Amino acid sequence: MAAVLVLAIIAGIAYTMATAPNLRWEAVGHFLFQRLILQGIVITLELTALAMLIGIVLGAIVAVMRLSPNPVVSSVSWCYIWFFRGTPVLVQIFFWYNLATVLPYVGLGIPFTPIHWQAPTNSLIAPFMAATLGLGLNEAAYMAEIVRAGIISVEHGQTEAAQALGMTRLLVMRRIVLPQAMRVIIPPTGNETISMLKTSSLAFVASVPELFTRSQQIASANYDVIELAIVASIWYLAMTSILTVGQYYLERYFGRGSLRELPPTPLQRFRRMLLTFHAPPPMPPDVAPPGPAVPGSEHR
Amino acid sequence: MVKAEAVHKSFGRLEVLRGIDLEVAPREVMCMIGPSGSGKSTFLRCINHLEKIDAGRLSVDGELVGYRERGDKLHELPDKEVCRKRSEIGMVFQRFNLFPHMTALENVIEAPIRVKKESRAVAAARARKLLDRVGLSEKMNAYPNQLSGGQQQRVAIARALAMEPKLMLFDEPTSALDPELVGEVLDVMRGLAGDGMTMVVVTHEMGFAREVGDSLVFMDGGVIVEEGKPRDVLTNPQQERTRTFLSKVL
Ligand SMILES: Nc1ncnc2c1ncn2[C@@H]1O[C@H](COP(=O)(O)OP(=O)(O)OP(=O)(O)O)[C@@H](O)[C@H]1O
Ligand SMILES: [Mg+2]
Repeated sequence: MAAVLVLAIIAGIAYTMATAPNLRWEAVGHFLFQRLILQGIVITLELTALAMLIGIVLGAIVAVMRLSPNPVVSSVSWCYIWFFRGTPVLVQIFFWYNLATVLPYVGLGIPFTPIHWQAPTNSLIAPFMAATLGLGLNEAAYMAEIVRAGIISVEHGQTEAAQALGMTRLLVMRRIVLPQAMRVIIPPTGNETISMLKTSSLAFVASVPELFTRSQQIASANYDVIELAIVASIWYLAMTSILTVGQYYLERYFGRGSLRELPPTPLQRFRRMLLTFHAPPPMPPDVAPPGPAVPGSEHR
Repeated sequence: MVKAEAVHKSFGRLEVLRGIDLEVAPREVMCMIGPSGSGKSTFLRCINHLEKIDAGRLSVDGELVGYRERGDKLHELPDKEVCRKRSEIGMVFQRFNLFPHMTALENVIEAPIRVKKESRAVAAARARKLLDRVGLSEKMNAYPNQLSGGQQQRVAIARALAMEPKLMLFDEPTSALDPELVGEVLDVMRGLAGDGMTMVVVTHEMGFAREVGDSLVFMDGGVIVEEGKPRDVLTNPQQERTRTFLSKVL
């Protein structure tokens, strides 16, 4: 009954949208594959990939620092997380973008030596760079917490066994702890990536010509505001859908050794479904357990 | 091979080891027994510097563990040096601690490749031999959770042996096993002792201690209460505390 009601409401909304008098669906179709939009998609993807790369690498470093026995190291890490998690990412992007107004030059040098290098801030921090930095540094703070949760989820006996074999602290982390922490790290990281794909639209404030900026630029020229918002949404939805599938396979890969048998891929599950569909009713108990067996949902 | 002199260790205000003196000769199998909380595991972990000792001296194969002596001061060694020393000492844990994301074979070759920088081929060849020796040639490509407890513990022994250690430490290697699986692990250890491996074994398997052990140490309250030939200690204990303990476990 509830299902019928929900479907009815959805159908109603869809119908209203589809027949809205001033909504030009042909414009949506027209702009969907426009070159400017497609270029915007490429930039959105680059921005997302780079920001996540910074976020993951820096986040892992910050997480390991956070767990360091050295109090100085761990408090630096704590401050990093405190600062970047405590300020809006929009403001951070804005900050990097406008840094040149207060700091026209940045330089590196070794004190008391003539060795010195400097460059105008504007040439270093172009809009794309500002957005990447803003998104990446912010992401690192969140990733650090995710990675830390992953690391402490690995039983201490693992570290001891590895140390007893003579592995150095770094080796233990890289070969034993982090791979196992992955099982806990991957699902939220997938969420972060999907979220980043959408958050990257904030690069708008730095005038980075990514998908949303592009769609708004076109809209400001022709006033098809809603149509272009729909175009952007369709693409965002398409990209996040692909990422969701990618996440599933990644989880499956890092789940090896934690489940006795790997869960079937969607394709395998589909095939089995067809098979059991054709095969006579008495279903063998070991085939096709109903419901998804997502490794991420089986943390211990 | 192992020499402990007045080894002390505290956790906060709890003094767990209160002056341990003992010596393990090369090729000797020393078994340790004692009530829960008496410090057996802690002592074993001090031997490969998983725990730092607070006072006393502890050396393995003539070298201090975790420290360097300069003048009459002890300096703690850097991580790298400690790791090198640890790589000469094998350790087997009560709860196996196999790496669950690696197959049996990968578990065994990991340290030789990463720590000893052996080539994969060399490490794998030795690993196959070792797994064969512990009776698991069929299970090389199984993940730990596809193995029984006894099989996991045998892989863990093979993993420790792959580093070609001079000394093997066993911390209650059979306590987490179902009774019918205890035998297969003890058999492997018996073989190892027969080959002349120096071993320190914390165990509650009195039969094993009596048959395989060259010496038996009874620990209680962070000190060694009694030490001697296993047969003597087990059948004719000199100390009241040993007698009380044995009457409970035998
Ligand atoms: N990391 C630690 N921090 C604080 N206390 C500890 C720590 N490890 C061990 N202890 C304490 O030290 C004492 C000795 O522990 P240990 O594990 O050496 O005993 P054991 O003889 O091995 O006992 P069992 O037979 O139960 O394994 C115990 O009281 C324990 O609570
Ligand atoms: Mg113990």
